[in-house]
Amino acid sequence: MARKLLQLRIFFATGFISWFVMTAMILVMSFARANQISHGLHEVLPDIFFILFFLSVFSFYKVRLGRSRDANLQELLWRIFVTGLIATIASLILSPIENLFVSHSRSGENPLVTNLIYNINVGLITAFFISTFIVWEKFIFYQKSKRLIITWRIFVYFLFATLFFTFFKLSIFDPYYLSILGIIFIGSVYFSANLKWVAYLNFKQKWKSILLFVLIIVYQFYFIHFMYINQADILIFNAIQNITIDSLFIFIFLYAFISVLVILFNLPTSSVFEKKLEEIINFQRLSQSRNTGKNEQEVYEILLESSISAVLADAAWLEKNQSKSGESSRLTYKIKEEDISGLTQIISKSKTKKIASSDPIKNLKSDRYIATLKNNRFKSVLVFPIFIQNEIVGSLILLKEISDGFNEEMINIIRTFVNQAAISIENFKLIDSALENERYIKELNIAKTVQRSLLPTHLDHSGFFDIVAYSKSADEVGGDYYDIYKVDENRTIVIIGDVSGKGTSAAFHMSQLKGIFHSLVQLNLSSREFMVYANKALAQGLDKNSFITASIYNIDRHSRTIEFCRAGHCPSLFLKKDSKEPTYFLGKGLGLGILRNNEFQEYVNNDRIKFNAGDLLILFTDGITEARNIQGKEFGYDRLKKLVLKNADNSPEGMKNEIIGALYDHCESKAPDDDYTLIIIKFSKKI
Amino acid sequence: MITIQTEQEDDFYIIKVIGEVDASSSIHLDNKIGEVIKSHKKILVDCHNLKYISSAGLGVFMSYINEMEESEIKMVLFALSQKVRNVFQILGLDQLINMVESKEEAKKLVNAV
Repeated sequence: MARKLLQLRIFFATGFISWFVMTAMILVMSFARANQISHGLHEVLPDIFFILFFLSVFSFYKVRLGRSRDANLQELLWRIFVTGLIATIASLILSPIENLFVSHSRSGENPLVTNLIYNINVGLITAFFISTFIVWEKFIFYQKSKRLIITWRIFVYFLFATLFFTFFKLSIFDPYYLSILGIIFIGSVYFSANLKWVAYLNFKQKWKSILLFVLIIVYQFYFIHFMYINQADILIFNAIQNITIDSLFIFIFLYAFISVLVILFNLPTSSVFEKKLEEIINFQRLSQSRNTGKNEQEVYEILLESSISAVLADAAWLEKNQSKSGESSRLTYKIKEEDISGLTQIISKSKTKKIASSDPIKNLKSDRYIATLKNNRFKSVLVFPIFIQNEIVGSLILLKEISDGFNEEMINIIRTFVNQAAISIENFKLIDSALENERYIKELNIAKTVQRSLLPTHLDHSGFFDIVAYSKSADEVGGDYYDIYKVDENRTIVIIGDVSGKGTSAAFHMSQLKGIFHSLVQLNLSSREFMVYANKALAQGLDKNSFITASIYNIDRHSRTIEFCRAGHCPSLFLKKDSKEPTYFLGKGLGLGILRNNEFQEYVNNDRIKFNAGDLLILFTDGITEARNIQGKEFGYDRLKKLVLKNADNSPEGMKNEIIGALYDHCESKAPDDDYTLIIIKFSKKI
Repeated sequence: MITIQTEQEDDFYIIKVIGEVDASSSIHLDNKIGEVIKSHKKILVDCHNLKYISSAGLGVFMSYINEMEESEIKMVLFALSQKVRNVFQILGLDQLINMVESKEEAKKLVNAV
């Protein structure tokens, strides 16, 4: 900016100084000529300073207007108009002053004053013409091409070259002089064809432009007239004989004149262009709605609004079928809700013409059609369904009071609008579902944290056995449960359970089970009683399709017995020390929540088994035995049995690692698809 | 994956369960049974081609036990593989749902009760 300002100041200064020097010389020469004395100045000096002045003014305006990119054409035109106005007013004020001097002189002429005033006018004309020239250049370059830039450059250099023709002092009717003007004329006509900007003006702007152009032409003629009527014989520097000023005039006049004509011819089509532009803007609004934070409703609103303005509909409505909630809603324009159902009936009964579809969704029963209505305020109607993923989500109905109101082009633009709106809405839905998914994952993570906290972190037990537990869930949240409760130094109660199903609801039921366990375990119940109460408690809270399997083990050191009850849970494994045959505890039992009444107690047993030092009790959930590999083969009870036998002398930790390792080998690359839990209890060598 | 076929023999309504009943496919079985018990009193479930049943599948059978008892609907499962039968047994459902080897036995059982 600072550099531009400096440039402007330098050009202004050189321009002003050269004009001043030129004027001073002219005055000296004029004085000398009037008094017939020698002035000692060379004839060409004023011309040289005029060239300097011209180039300075040209550079000044080039810097000033040339780089103001932000200024639009209307604004530039307005500036030229103002410049011209100021120049003309200045010139008009000067003219009576001159007359005053001339009328008071004895000879009826005052060459000194005439020359001074004339030269001030020359300055004003030059500035006005050059600024106009630079603005016209911007108009021509509204849409640039390489060829245009090159030819224009040649034209400008040629114009500069004409500056030096003044030295030849050619008469205006000299053939050379005329042929140069001819070349300028041809060039001007050629460049006057570059009027692409006209198309971008709206109706109002066009009228304004015509007015401004006409006024600018008026100023030009005023100046040319002024120069022409002056007494040529007393002028030292006669601008009318300056080929450059003449050339400039020819160009700026021709361009202005042709512009006015072209704008005039373009006036009737401007409304069409405006409409097209509006359509493009509407299209953009539809397609950018996601970025600008609009919602689905707003997309429908834009669609309705854009479509109405595109086809100049007299009334319209947009029907939305909301599949989720089952209810539909509509947006209306200049039509009453109560009239719609009546109209829908009339439309369905009237003669319709289907519109061929060029869209990819060809196979769909396309219901887009035009209908002609009779005996109704509306004579023609256009119906367009809105498809999203091959599903009709709504339809757009446009009404006109004239018959055959929809032409091919209107249908095309509506098609484009509807398609674009559908894409926007589809994007909304996709993003919404992605967000929902993310929310779901977050919730699961919370549930997982809660569920983890339900399993004991520390297995507090009476010191006559070793115990290890391992639990893993397939989904983020599992339904496996185990817990341990130390009644006293001689008694410990262990529970293992599996809630049917997986995921959040399973984890929720599992927490219920934990609550039940910790309440009932205080009551010193038998294992069977425990299950009966647990079933009663769960009957209230479980889903219709859900049940829980569980086994509870009451381990007593004094009597060396395990009292247990199996409520539908997969049978636990027991291996006596030095025995070669592990046994599964498969007795009578029924899952919790299957019978939610008193009958339940008929189906569960209270069992007892004696244990000794070094015996093994293995509790697990069906996630282990039913783990399937890719071929669908289950891990199985026999496999587990064999592994337990093989690791009978191993530590519980070692046995656990062997079993889990074997489970993973079995499943290979596939992760186990159910939750699984493994608890190994090994009674100490000395009880 | 599950395929459910139905056919009617006299007043028996036969539901053929083919494939595997897991958490996702159990919904189809649930819908089918729910629909059938509205209009039929004698239901046979052909488990000949039932390869696998998960706890969710068991949950489906379990959830209708009470309802069937109240509306005096008889349902018998037949031709279960040992593996599938085991799953029912562990949970204890074999005590509440009738399971037999063949269709004829099933029909007999339905008529007898």
